[in-house]
Amino acid sequence: MNNNIGMEVEETVRELSQYFKTGKTKSVAWRKNQLQAVLDLVHENEDAISEALYQDLGKHPVEAYRDEIGGVEKSAQNSLISVEKWMAPKKSSMPLLFFPSKGELLPEPLGVVLIFSSWNFPIVLALDPIIGAISAGNVVLIKPSEQAPACSSFLANTLPRYLDTNAVKVVEGGGDVCEKLLQHKFDKIFFTGSPRVARIVMTSAAKNLTPVTLELGGKCPAIFDYLSNPSDFKMAVKRIVGAKWGICSGQACIGIDYVLVEEKHSSELIELLKKFVRRLYGDNMIESKVLSRIVNKQHFQRLCNLLKDPLVAASIVHGGSVDEANLFIEPTILLDPPLDAEIMTEEIFGPFLPVITVNKIQESIEFINSKPKPLAIYAFTKDKTFKRKIVSETSSGSVTFNDTLVQFLCDTLPFGGVGQSGIGRYHGKYSFDTFSHEKAVMHRYLCLEIEPRYPPWSKFKLEFIRLAYRFNYFGLALHMLGLKKQN
Amino acid sequence: MLSDSHQNSKFTAETASTLVNELRATFVSGETMSYKWRVSQLKQLYKIVEHHEQEIVDALLSDIGKPPLETVAYEIAMLKNSCKTAIKELKHWMTPEKVQTSLTTFPASAEIVSEPLGVVLVISAWNYPFLLSLDPVIGAIAAGNAVVLKPSEIAPATSALLAKLLGEYMDNSSIRVVEGAVDETSALLQQKWDKIFYTGNGRVARIVMAAAAKHLTPVVLELGGKSPVVVDSNSNINLQVTTRRIIAGKWGCNNGQACISPDYIITTKDYAPKLVDALKTELESFYGKNPLESKDLSRIVNSNHFARLTKLLDDDKVSSKIVHGGEKDETKLRISPTLLLDVPRDSLIMSEEIFGPLLPIVTVDKIEESFDVINSGPKPLAAYIFTNNKNLKEQFVKTISAGGLVINDTTIHLAVHTLPFGGVGDSGVGAYHGKFSFDAFSHKKAVLYRSFFGDASIRYPPYTKTKFRLMKALMTGSIIGIIRAIFGKS
Repeated sequence: MNNNIGMEVEETVRELSQYFKTGKTKSVAWRKNQLQAVLDLVHENEDAISEALYQDLGKHPVEAYRDEIGGVEKSAQNSLISVEKWMAPKKSSMPLLFFPSKGELLPEPLGVVLIFSSWNFPIVLALDPIIGAISAGNVVLIKPSEQAPACSSFLANTLPRYLDTNAVKVVEGGGDVCEKLLQHKFDKIFFTGSPRVARIVMTSAAKNLTPVTLELGGKCPAIFDYLSNPSDFKMAVKRIVGAKWGICSGQACIGIDYVLVEEKHSSELIELLKKFVRRLYGDNMIESKVLSRIVNKQHFQRLCNLLKDPLVAASIVHGGSVDEANLFIEPTILLDPPLDAEIMTEEIFGPFLPVITVNKIQESIEFINSKPKPLAIYAFTKDKTFKRKIVSETSSGSVTFNDTLVQFLCDTLPFGGVGQSGIGRYHGKYSFDTFSHEKAVMHRYLCLEIEPRYPPWSKFKLEFIRLAYRFNYFGLALHMLGLKKQN
Repeated sequence: MLSDSHQNSKFTAETASTLVNELRATFVSGETMSYKWRVSQLKQLYKIVEHHEQEIVDALLSDIGKPPLETVAYEIAMLKNSCKTAIKELKHWMTPEKVQTSLTTFPASAEIVSEPLGVVLVISAWNYPFLLSLDPVIGAIAAGNAVVLKPSEIAPATSALLAKLLGEYMDNSSIRVVEGAVDETSALLQQKWDKIFYTGNGRVARIVMAAAAKHLTPVVLELGGKSPVVVDSNSNINLQVTTRRIIAGKWGCNNGQACISPDYIITTKDYAPKLVDALKTELESFYGKNPLESKDLSRIVNSNHFARLTKLLDDDKVSSKIVHGGEKDETKLRISPTLLLDVPRDSLIMSEEIFGPLLPIVTVDKIEESFDVINSGPKPLAAYIFTNNKNLKEQFVKTISAGGLVINDTTIHLAVHTLPFGGVGDSGVGAYHGKFSFDAFSHKKAVLYRSFFGDASIRYPPYTKTKFRLMKALMTGSIIGIIRAIFGKS
C-alpha cells in the first residue's frame, strides 16, 4: 500500500516536471485561462463548497462566502487583471561606467511547486496559493488537509474539471502521503499549518535546497486601550467578538488569541463582550448554526484539556459549556487565567478568549514581546503616540489598528509571519513574487571597451578602477588625459 | 572589548549561546534600530576599508595570492560602493511604504514597515573573503540587526584581520566576529538566529538550512554552479572583445575561484578552433609566456583544492583534451590558465563546479543546442552569451534559468547594485546587493490603520440574504453590486 503511494507520487511529480519543461505554463494566455477557470470553479460550485465546509467545520454559508469563496474570487479577479503587468520585466538603472548597457529584472516561474493547505480554511488556503503559483507560471501539486475530508475530496474531484490537469494535480492523504511527497525534489514548498510540521517540511526542503514559504500562526493579541467615546468602545468590542468567534470559532491563524486591557476597565469590557456574544450569536448557538464547530475529536479534546487546569476553570467568566456529541464549544471568556497555564503559553486555536489585565496599557508591549512573534497584532486605540510605539517596538506579521482580520483582505499588503509565525509572504503581487524567481538580466554591447579592465595590471589601471568605482567621471577624464596627480 | 577570537578558551555551544544572548540583549534595547546607529556603523565600516587598504591587500595576498589590483577592484572598491549606497539611500529604504487599500476595507490607510529581524549570522567564504564577509554585514546593519560574522578559516589572514578590525571599529555590543572552522560553525548553528546568511557550497548549505529549520530561521544561501558562456559564431561578434571579457571573468576573477566565473564555454564545432586561438593570444598578452610566474593571477587557495583540480585534469577522458596550458607547480599551488576542447559531457570536470583556472569548451552542431546543454544540468548562478543575433538573445533570456544573465559580457552584473544578486534552484535561495540586501535582512510588516467609522453590519451575524448580497458585492469591489444590494435588487 505504502509502496503504491510512493510510486504514484513519483509518477505525478515526474509528469508535472515534464509538463513544466514544455513551457506551456509560461504564456500569459495559459495563466489567464487558468485564473478564469478558478473563477468559474468558485462561481459554479458555491453551494457545493458551502456544503463541504458545513460538513467539515459546521461553517455557516455566509461565513463560508465571506472567509473563503469571496476571498478566492477577489484574489483570482485581482490576479487576472494584474498578471500581465506583474510579468513585465522591470528596468534597472545602470551605472554610466558600463555604458552602453541596460538591465532588467525578469520574473520567471520556479517550476514544480508543492502546496500543503490546512483544515481551518480548507478552500481559500488551498486556492489562494494556487492562484499565486499559476499567475507566476508554475505547475502545482497540492495536498489538502485530511482533517477537512469533504473539502479535500471536493478539491480532488473539482480542480481537474476546471484546471489544466497536466499542470495542477491534487494528492489526498495524511501523514504517510506527506512523508512520501517530501522525499521528492520540488522547486518551492508552500506550507500552511503548525510550527511543528513546518520544521519537518523545512528540514526535508533543506535536502534539495528548496525554498519554502511557511504560513504559521501564534498567539495574536488584541490591545484594548480605553476608548472614551461609548460608541467607539462598542464598535471595538463588536469587532473583537466578530473576529474571535465569527471566524471559524476561533480556529484561525489570524484570530484573536487574547485581549490585553487595563485592570480598571476590565469589568466594563467583559460586560460588553458578553452582551455582544449574546446579540450576535443568540442564546441557542448549537441550534442557530451560526458558529462553526470544532474540527474533530482530537482538537475538541485538546481544547477541553486547556480548561481542565482548576485555576483556569476558575477564571471563566462567561461560557465554558461543551457539547461533545456536536463537537461544539460555547464562546468562553476568561479573566486573568494563570500566565504559565497552557492556555497562555500555547496558541489556543478555539473559542476561548482570555482577558489579561495590566496596570497601564503601555505594559502590553512588554507582555507581547515576552512571547514569540505573533502573526498579527490588533490594537484598539486613538492615541497616536501609542500607535507609533506599538509599530516600532513590537514585531509581528502585521499590525491592525482599530479593527480585526481586514488585513487579510487587503491585497496590497503582504500577508505572512516573522519568527515563529512564519517565513515568507503572499497575497496579491506578493503571491506572484513568492512563486517567481526574479532573474537579473544585463545587456551589453561589444563595441566600446574599457582597457583598464584587463591585466597586466599597472598603477594606471588601478587608479582608473578606483575612480570608476567612485563614479568620479571628471577624475576619470583627467586621469585618462594624464592630468591627475597620482597619490 | 576584543573580538571573541582573542579568547584562548574553546568556542563551544555554551560560548555561542552566551554570545547570542548578549547580542539579543542589545537588540532588545532597541539601540540598533535607530537611523543614527545604523549610519554610524556603516561609516565605521567604510573607515575600515578606507584606512586599511594595505593590510587587506596583504592579507589576501597571503591567503590566495590575490593580485593587489583585483583586491582593490573587486573587494575594497565594491565594499566602499556598497557602504556609500547604503548610507545615501538608508533614510529612503527605512521609510514605510504607503499602499492603497481596497474598497473592501474602506476607510483605511495602510503601510508596509521594514523592521530588523533581530540577531543574524553571516557565514562567509574564502574566495572573496573580505567582500563576501562585509557586504552582507552592510545589509544586516542597514536593516538594523545585530550581527555575528563567521569568516572562512580557509582564508586565515583575512579572518584574523576581520576579527581585529571589526573589534576595533565596530560597536561590539551588537557586531561580533567569531573565527573558526567546523566546530565553531556547528556551535553557532545550534543557536537560534533570526536569519542566517550563508555563502559557500551546496553541501554545507544543506547543513545550514537543516539547522535553521529547527528554529524556523529564514536563510539566504549564496551558492554557485556551473555558469556557462555561449559564444555564437554566426553573428559577427567582435572576437577579441569577447575573449577578453571571458578571460577577465574567468582568470581575472581570482583565477576562476569565483562563484560567477565562467565554468565552461559552449560554441559550434567549426568555430571552436578560432575561439581557442583567440583565447590563447589574449591569455598570452595578459599573463605572458609563463603564466605560472605571473603576478596577475591568484594562486589555488590550498593543497586540497589543488588536488581536487589536479584530479579533474587527470581524468583519462579529459587529459588528452588540453589544448592550452595544463602546467602545474604544486609547491607554489599554481595552475596555468588551461583550455580543454571537446571534453565529454559525462566527465568529472563537466559534472562538478570547477572553481579554478580550467576552462572546458563544449561543442555543438548548432548554437541553439547550447540551451539544451545548459538546461540539462542544475540551474547555475550566472549564464553568459556573446552574440549580436537579436532572436538568439531573446531565446536565451526566455529559456535559460539562472540567478543572473549577462549578454555580451561576464561577471559585471555583480557590481550593479540595482540588480539582485542571488541564485535559483541549486545555485541558491534569496538575493542581496543594494536595496535587496536591506530587504534580505528586514521583515516587511503590514500595518493597517482603521477608524471606528463605517462598519457594515454585514460583517456580523445574524446573517440575512441582503447582507449576503451586499457582502458579495463588497468583496469583489463591484460598486453597481453594492448599490443594487442596498436597494434590494440583485
